[in-house]
Amino acid sequence: MNLLLEGLLVLIVLTNLLMLGSSRLGVYIRAGALQGVGLAFLFFTGEGGWPEISITGLALVTMIVKGLVFPMLLFRTIRQAGVRREVEPYVGFTASLLIGVAAWGFATWVGGRLPLPGIIRSDLLVPTAMFTIFTGLFLIIARRNAITQVLGYLVLENGVFTFGVALETSTPFIVELGILLDIFVAVFVMVITLFQINREIEEIHMDTSRLSTLRD
Amino acid sequence: MNHGFLIAAVIFFPLLGGLVGRMAGFHAGLARLLAATGAVLGGLAGALLSGDILWHGSRTVVTWPWFGTGYTLTLAVDPLSAFFLLPVSILTAMAAIYGAQYLGFHHHTGPAGVGAAGAASGVAGRGMVDPANVGLFASLLQTGMVLVLLAHDGLGFLFSWEVMSMAAFFLIALDDANAENRSAAWTYLLATHIGSAFLVLFFLFLGQRAGGLTFAELARATLSERAQALLFLAALVGFGAKAGFMPLHVWLPDAHPAAPSHLSAVMSGVMIKTGIYGLLRALTVLGAPPVWWGWALVVIGVVSGIMGMVFALAERDVKRLLAYSSVENIGIIAIGLGLGLCGRATAQPAMAVAGFAGSLLHVLNHAMFKGLLFLGAGTLAVTTGTRELDRLGGLFRRMPATAGACLAGVVAIGGLPPLNGFLSEFLIYVAAFQGLLGGQGFAWLPSCLAIGGLALIGGLAAACFAKVYGIAFLGEPRTQGAAEAAPPPALMSFAMITLAMLCGGLAVVVPVAVPGLAPVLSVLVPIDGQTLLLELLRGGALLRGVLGVAILLVLLVGFLAAVRRRLLAGREIGQTPTWDCGYAAPTPRMSYTGSSFTQPLNDLFEPLRAGTVDRPALSGLFPAPGRLATHPADSFVGRLYTPLFTGVETLCQRLRWVQAGRLQVYVLYIAVTLLVLLGWNLW
Repeated sequence: MNLLLEGLLVLIVLTNLLMLGSSRLGVYIRAGALQGVGLAFLFFTGEGGWPEISITGLALVTMIVKGLVFPMLLFRTIRQAGVRREVEPYVGFTASLLIGVAAWGFATWVGGRLPLPGIIRSDLLVPTAMFTIFTGLFLIIARRNAITQVLGYLVLENGVFTFGVALETSTPFIVELGILLDIFVAVFVMVITLFQINREIEEIHMDTSRLSTLRD
Repeated sequence: MNHGFLIAAVIFFPLLGGLVGRMAGFHAGLARLLAATGAVLGGLAGALLSGDILWHGSRTVVTWPWFGTGYTLTLAVDPLSAFFLLPVSILTAMAAIYGAQYLGFHHHTGPAGVGAAGAASGVAGRGMVDPANVGLFASLLQTGMVLVLLAHDGLGFLFSWEVMSMAAFFLIALDDANAENRSAAWTYLLATHIGSAFLVLFFLFLGQRAGGLTFAELARATLSERAQALLFLAALVGFGAKAGFMPLHVWLPDAHPAAPSHLSAVMSGVMIKTGIYGLLRALTVLGAPPVWWGWALVVIGVVSGIMGMVFALAERDVKRLLAYSSVENIGIIAIGLGLGLCGRATAQPAMAVAGFAGSLLHVLNHAMFKGLLFLGAGTLAVTTGTRELDRLGGLFRRMPATAGACLAGVVAIGGLPPLNGFLSEFLIYVAAFQGLLGGQGFAWLPSCLAIGGLALIGGLAAACFAKVYGIAFLGEPRTQGAAEAAPPPALMSFAMITLAMLCGGLAVVVPVAVPGLAPVLSVLVPIDGQTLLLELLRGGALLRGVLGVAILLVLLVGFLAAVRRRLLAGREIGQTPTWDCGYAAPTPRMSYTGSSFTQPLNDLFEPLRAGTVDRPALSGLFPAPGRLATHPADSFVGRLYTPLFTGVETLCQRLRWVQAGRLQVYVLYIAVTLLVLLGWNLW
């Protein structure tokens, strides 16, 4: 039993549930940031004491990017757009929470059956990773607001990241770094695009359902 | 001679010319000059390389390992590649020389109607077409074709094939402001990719059986009869789509009018021949052919030849007509191949040698005269402003050099002696008669089919090109544009006259040089060299007899012309309308048009065509003015492809709801798919 590891995993699960049940964009961004920082700490839960220098560096960069840079970018965007709440989601907040619980059950089932290389340090690790991925996908599917979409994408990537931690012996460092860079660029582009779209079409209030008029 | 250098030159000179020319796009004249120089140098290197290999009957292999990929590109020139490289080199060089001036041509827009729209699309230098782009894609097309001929491994071949096909796509789509051209380009893209799909299947399947992808390894594969048959069919569809076998020909008549004329010449003269090359190459790796392959090719050839001519006869657009005529000539080549295969399968060396030799020579000959005629059509389009045959007329006196060159072209393509077109068709006839003489069982059947088919094709082709030449060059100009036409500039005339002289030159050289085909044929007909050479010598003797008769005919014509000149000497020669039943106001528009000239033949073949005629309703003693319009159409498009693709589209339309336009729904599709797969895997 690794108390720090299990505690961090519970934190990640709780932030997922928080995002599923909340309507305020500020809460989403803060919960996402918290989740990111929690992820970074996962690197320090290994058995062999202090991790090597490259992993430490990766953890620090993760912390800065997910805990500081993304929240700042996203807060700036919602300030400029003047949007605070997720309005009329496709799936209501209570229903989302219930689905979240079901997803947790499915994730546990998957975690028990998924054949993985190497030894997994905690029984909770794989279910948490799966649950985070499911949450991210669900947020993208069930919400209208563009900021929530970006958050959903981030959460999805956090799940993939957690998997990477679970498989740390078999995932090369360069892959982790690649994922991080990938997310960074993606969020950067998304935020800029959102800003531009919002400036061009003033009245849409970041409602992505309006974008369906652009289909051919 | 250093073959390595020549191979590099033939690949990189055109490429370099095209790229540097594109960079020099700020100056249109310079860009054209650079691209043309690269193409001509590449063509020169290709002709030298090809000549040297054919002369010595040798073979050169260059391997080029791609470090880090584990792949080695094998380039080789053997006599078969070299034989196809010759027309590619000559025609691309001539087209580049022609194009250097053609692209700079400014012309007045023709009168309204089909002609004006058509002429505009066939003429570069107008609208959105940038000559620098033409040069770039033309050089890519040239390099692609050369690589197709040189590549001796499956992967390299497919890559080269795609480079060539895509370059042609961009050339067809150059003037994309015109909806017809866009549609032509899409049709072509679809056809070429259906073909490519079959080729990928062909190489992967064969490569898997052979345990390697170089042609030498592919040839060693052991194949069951079924596998062999499937591979042959894949090659037939894959290469047939490029060559234009019916019913896979539908892209040709749309694509050739859309591209600039000198590149239509390249596409029709040599690019579609890469399909024939590919088919021959496939035959060299597929082992001993069963006799039904020959029958299949003869049937395809006869259908393509007859139907190609039936559609060509009804066409009024010169370039569309020439495109259909290419289908017809590909048909003749296929008949030759089919007879050659029949001969090989039934162990009749005389038939096999004559069939393959005839079809190879027809590849070379057709490249020359079809290239020439497309250049001629381009000249007519830019000097008169229309591609519509019925708006031309009287051009013989206005551009005698072009008219003379085109005369050689139409005589050759009509399969008339004394020019080269007759010789290759004659060899194919020889193959068919050999089959009649020596075969057992039903061996006479393909021969009879081939003889009957060739005779009908030859007659129709002669009628069709009599129409083209007579309507365009003889008589009086039917429109202002034709009346004001001026001779084309020097380089354009040079290219056409050179090709015309090559048509004549081949007619003289071929009967003597036929035994030189032995190294090419030895890979196609595996018999001992002695017999092969003997059969070729016999063919050559026959052709020399033909040449002798042809020379007598030419002398006779010359004599008659001299007699006529003599009789007319000292008399006054005037011009006057023909007797017109006393009608007071005759105009040249009332003279015979192409449509009326071919009406009897068109009516005869009406059931095979899908053309429509709008007839005016005439009644009473003094009927109101009426208009008659004929709309030639391709029955394969109307009766096969349009219903097929409309059906597919209707089915796809029913799935439109899937594309909701909401990001969330799309992510949902992905998520559901992934979850189902995950659950299914873990169950």
